[in-house]
Amino acid sequence: MIEYQNIFTQVQVQGPPEMGMDNENLIAEERAGDPGNSTWIGILGNAQIGPVYLGYLGVLSIATGFLWFFIVGMNMLAQVGYSLPTFLQQLFWLALEPPGPEWGLRIPPLNQGGWYIIASFFLLVSVLAWWARTYLLAIQLKMGTHVAWAFASAIWLFLVLGLFRPVLMGQWSEAVPYGIFPHLDWTTAFSIRYGNLYYNPFHCLSIVFLYGSALLFAMHGGTILAVARLGGDREIEQIVDRGTASERAALFWRWTMGFNATMESIHRWAWWFAVLTPITGGIGILLTGTVVDNWFLWAVEHNFAPTYEEAYGYEAYTVNGE
Amino acid sequence: MLPWYRKWSEENPINVLRTIILFATPGAALFVAGLIIIGGYPYATETLQTGPRGIAMGVTKYESALETPDPTIAAYTSAAPIIPQAGEPLAGEVYPLAGPLADLTVQNYDRLVGQMRQWTGIPDLMAEDNYQTQVAWEMIGMTRTLNEFWGDHVNISGEAGVNCYTCHRGQAVPSDIWFRIDPMLQASAGWPSIQNFATSMTVSTSLPHDALQAYLVDGELINVHDLEPRVENLPGDPLIQQTERTYSLMNHVANSLGVNCTYCHNSRAFYDGAQVTPQWATAALGIQMVIELNNEYLLPLQELLPDYRLGPKYADAPKAACATCHKGAQRPLNGMDMISDWPELATSEAPIYE
Repeated sequence: MIEYQNIFTQVQVQGPPEMGMDNENLIAEERAGDPGNSTWIGILGNAQIGPVYLGYLGVLSIATGFLWFFIVGMNMLAQVGYSLPTFLQQLFWLALEPPGPEWGLRIPPLNQGGWYIIASFFLLVSVLAWWARTYLLAIQLKMGTHVAWAFASAIWLFLVLGLFRPVLMGQWSEAVPYGIFPHLDWTTAFSIRYGNLYYNPFHCLSIVFLYGSALLFAMHGGTILAVARLGGDREIEQIVDRGTASERAALFWRWTMGFNATMESIHRWAWWFAVLTPITGGIGILLTGTVVDNWFLWAVEHNFAPTYEEAYGYEAYTVNGE
Repeated sequence: MLPWYRKWSEENPINVLRTIILFATPGAALFVAGLIIIGGYPYATETLQTGPRGIAMGVTKYESALETPDPTIAAYTSAAPIIPQAGEPLAGEVYPLAGPLADLTVQNYDRLVGQMRQWTGIPDLMAEDNYQTQVAWEMIGMTRTLNEFWGDHVNISGEAGVNCYTCHRGQAVPSDIWFRIDPMLQASAGWPSIQNFATSMTVSTSLPHDALQAYLVDGELINVHDLEPRVENLPGDPLIQQTERTYSLMNHVANSLGVNCTYCHNSRAFYDGAQVTPQWATAALGIQMVIELNNEYLLPLQELLPDYRLGPKYADAPKAACATCHKGAQRPLNGMDMISDWPELATSEAPIYE
């Protein structure tokens, strides 16, 4: 029988809230919020909402994160003279910009980038507190700390962009503006200023791992869904106790491409591909402007930028302007 | 009737809705595909190749846009010059407001001023001593400079030249002029205040909106790259800020000409003189030309123009940029000859009639 399938969970379980375990770390103590069920959330995942373990770090992270958001938003609002219609109209264009290059690594007046420095400080505290939270919660639950280290790889790229590279360049003006279009303009300008980032081999690696992550995600998700009715969704048990689902999934890929991951290694593949995306990207950004100033010429120097012999200009490719 | 059919239907119930969706979806797709095959693709494009193949060097345009002519081209009027005979009266003797056209014969003066009134839509131009007449005198000088000294830009792809209509197109104030607007943002100063606001000056990007002032008036050097793979960054070297400002200017240039980056550049190495098209040099010359026009001819108009013709922020005179002449076309008016009929506008010396 044909069965219509989509990304939404079709079987929902809604019952008495599951409060989770406690252990000698007393992790139940700081759990907050009355748990409830939501049918709509249940379509996307588990229907139960809460409780949340907030803790000191969670409060700190959310408070400083909100301060960053508030400072950015209020600056945008002030930039348009507190006109709400203009604010809404220009929302995607507005930004909180870093200081101009004339300020070096000094703290400029608030209206010339000072707010940016303050907001960035709060964002840094927020992100680091959230990282510590993921680390400590994993410890308290006696899990491995894989999630925290994966998050740390993203924080590495974030720190390179906003802290390490500006400090190495001696200018806060090298940091990325907080705005929707402005940060995209920064990205393009960054690439063009340093002679085309596509010739930066670490940028290449980062793209490989980014696209590779998407490919692995699709392959793994597809494989597990395909063998779910044979018990393949019990992935963790099947790492040590291979069942028919695992066998078929492995056979499928070995027959398709001669090689297959295992129920364990596929998760290491996915974790490393994801983690290497910002690690390699961060290395590429850190080298740009500090070590290499023109990546295209660097590629010419290393013999991997091709030369084109044909003429430039449309005259060479048209007859009488046609 | 047909008992076997009724029996078969009862034994094989069919979900009608699903069947309809199953067949109607590909059916509708087939129908649309058929329409496109028979009627032609409505959004067909045409690409002008501008460089070596395989590197996406081309300018792509909708065919429908190419087939729609600019209405101001058909609206252009001209009049052939009248070769002067000896002893003809000169305009300066007849018309007190002839200004720089005083040395023309009356016949040619009438012919030129008559057309100038058409081109600018100002019926009493040079008939009354008002600001429009005084501006016209200045603009005649500007037009002559353009034709006399900037032929490498205005005649680069065939005899085209420039006259009043190139910019004015029947309007007293040409379209696509610009005023200084920076800083648009309040409660900020310096670098954060001159960007991140959608304006026509930045073609609705959030790039710096002081680019035209910096590059087309102040003559700031357009220079964003290092020309070695590894160099020491010195104070004053171009940074991301200069790159963004240049990008803003380039957006203006591209939109003014209806082209993209690859009309002039091989986008893998924007700066490299060995990988640019001949149009790059024409454009670079055009930028120098506009700097001269703005500083020598247009900014001084501030003293002549009434307040309501001046900029909203700095009360500056309206200035020119690429779009003021080009108005979205690679060649203004598609390269129409604007000068052969008008030796009076071709040179600051005595016109040569042939």
